[in-house]
Amino acid sequence: MDFTFNDDQLSFREAMSRFLMTEAPPEMLREIWETDPGRSPELRGKLAAQGLTALSVPEDCGGLGMDDVAWSLMTQELGYYAIPDSLADTAYVSAGLVAALPAGRAGREEVLGRIAAGSVRIAIGHPVNPLVADAATADLLLLPHGDEVHLVPRALVDVTPNPSIDLSRRLASLAWEPSSATRIAADEAGRRLWAQALDRGTLSVAGQLLGLAQRMLDLTVDYAAQRKQFGKPIGSFQAVKHHLADVATRIEFAKPVLYRAAHALAHGGADAPVHASHAKLVCGEAAWLAARHGIQVHGAMGYTWEVDLQMFMKRTWALDASWGDRGFHKSRVAESILAEGAAIGPGHTFEVQA
Amino acid sequence: MHLAYTDKQKAFRAEVRSWLARNVPKAPLASYDTREGFEQHREWERRLFESRLSMVMWPEHLGGRGCDLIEWLIFEEEYYAAGAPMRVNQNGQLLLGPTLMEFGTEAQKQRFLPRMAASDDMWAQGWSEPNAGSDMAAITSKATLSEDGSHYILNGQKTWSTRAIFADWVFGLFRSEAGSTRHHGLSYLLAPLDAPGVTIRPIIALNGKQAFAEIFFDDVKVPVDNRIGEEGQGWHVAMATAGFERGLLLRSPARFQATARKLVALYQANRASADRDPSIRDAVCEAWMGAEAYALSAYHTVGRLAKGARIGAEASTNKIVWSELDLKMHETAMRILGARGELLAEAPDAGTDAAGWLDGFLFAQAGPIYAGTNEIQRNIIAERMLGLPKS
Repeated sequence: MDFTFNDDQLSFREAMSRFLMTEAPPEMLREIWETDPGRSPELRGKLAAQGLTALSVPEDCGGLGMDDVAWSLMTQELGYYAIPDSLADTAYVSAGLVAALPAGRAGREEVLGRIAAGSVRIAIGHPVNPLVADAATADLLLLPHGDEVHLVPRALVDVTPNPSIDLSRRLASLAWEPSSATRIAADEAGRRLWAQALDRGTLSVAGQLLGLAQRMLDLTVDYAAQRKQFGKPIGSFQAVKHHLADVATRIEFAKPVLYRAAHALAHGGADAPVHASHAKLVCGEAAWLAARHGIQVHGAMGYTWEVDLQMFMKRTWALDASWGDRGFHKSRVAESILAEGAAIGPGHTFEVQA
Repeated sequence: MHLAYTDKQKAFRAEVRSWLARNVPKAPLASYDTREGFEQHREWERRLFESRLSMVMWPEHLGGRGCDLIEWLIFEEEYYAAGAPMRVNQNGQLLLGPTLMEFGTEAQKQRFLPRMAASDDMWAQGWSEPNAGSDMAAITSKATLSEDGSHYILNGQKTWSTRAIFADWVFGLFRSEAGSTRHHGLSYLLAPLDAPGVTIRPIIALNGKQAFAEIFFDDVKVPVDNRIGEEGQGWHVAMATAGFERGLLLRSPARFQATARKLVALYQANRASADRDPSIRDAVCEAWMGAEAYALSAYHTVGRLAKGARIGAEASTNKIVWSELDLKMHETAMRILGARGELLAEAPDAGTDAAGWLDGFLFAQAGPIYAGTNEIQRNIIAERMLGLPKS
């Protein structure tokens, strides 16, 4: 029993953080906002050069074969730097779905190889999301038709953009025709793939929300230490301190919930969906509180376009309801613990049924 | 990250579960805030000790069984799931005990820890004073070294000392350097409560019981061997204990997981009436998630401790989380119980579970206050974790 990260995992995270701090500063994110696609091929190229697109592609398909636990760290960094890119959708959720296909199905190995090489963007139209993120810039789309999974080239899809308050979000409604040529799974296999994709998408957003929470806390702590009123830094006032202490506490207690979910997903635990929902709920609440208290402590400055806090707040508000809103995830948790004969006795905190 | 128990840990869980199934009293003990209940709980502690289960993580030669912290978590999970009695000597075992382990001489450890593990000595805490509550460094109780240097003479008053009226010993902070202020010049001393010059006056808590007391010291002689750590270093020694208290040991996650399970069961049994208020189901669900998160955080912390990390200001986040979770769970239970909630155990219509929730609800009111109020904890988090300037 060891519920901690090893040194390799921690230094991976550290390296990713340093890389994104340099390569994706807020000024650059604002520039990318202004572009029509809202995505930067240069940034994606750099992410791929770091091996991030290959992270969870199986090793025999040219990837690094890392699991959900690595993504629980990586997604926090993506959130912390509010990266305007669909990296996790392609390299984590889609890679996981495609890797779960039988060998040889639908060009599985070729698609995985392209994901690893960073030469393909894949958007996912999961039924839980009413709109599809990054559909316009995608090369391929994973789309549902009932239980079926279709892998559809972008050219076969009509995309209608739906602008979001978060300029880094590029959402669209789609029109497309399912065909046997695009179908890659159906029935039970399709249901299983969509279920796994949901849990990974949930974990991905949970990690990003936690990273966003930490970033908003850090920005606000900096501001409170510098901004003076009544001749003192506002961070010396208890009312301000207590707001930020509450955010720090939420973040600390959301982390292990996220890590348990990641481990359960990586090991196919029966409770993985519930653990993922729990993680999304607590990470969302931490981020939501960090936004609320963040803008309060920033005062009027927090309500401006100029101050960077807005970027992270808007991402939080947008992501909180993606990959299942709170009602969806809370229902999953409630149904699990209130079920007849629910396994909630001692020794069930880590349910690993490989 | 490896989240499976070893065979040894599984066997330990099975052993503890089986022992508890055979030994946990079938009928609940009287409240440990009464003389009768206190002695019943002491007897229970002795049974635990006889099977080396009272302080499982202490070394064997000091009355424990040398378990690691994961085994301690397992023990706690089984203990609270079995509905075993509350731990009456935990101020000694979980506050003073770890302090003695870290700062005590070998002779002090031998003298105090095995008797503490066996509950032959029951310990009270002597930190707060009438004018030193949240501001603990305002302590004025004095310890004056005798001319021959063999003992201290204690004078002053301590208060809010849990169950001191029934206890055998007190540990506390005294000002040993005349003219010193704040956290300088304090010493950490142990005093027997039957020493001449000690007067204990119970304070009746809002549950009507003698849950705590004031302790008056009038020229009480205490040998210098009863000092833990160096003279004048008492604050440093006590702060280590404060960390333990706010942190994991005193409030192990298993206790709150057990409460959350009971809350789920209470809700299930009263669903028809509870669901008239749609927020109750959500509160039950939140309670469960909160208790799980607290347990997960404990496993994470224990893993970090095993790798050599120290618990710092994050102990303050623990204290806020468990105390507010406990309060929330008991508030939710009271809302589910509705009009039965106010009934005492002896009320004919109380039913089987109402009084237990009421007791817990009253005690939960104290959680955000004792061991450093949650306002003080939030200051500590802001200043030491986040680096915000002092006010």
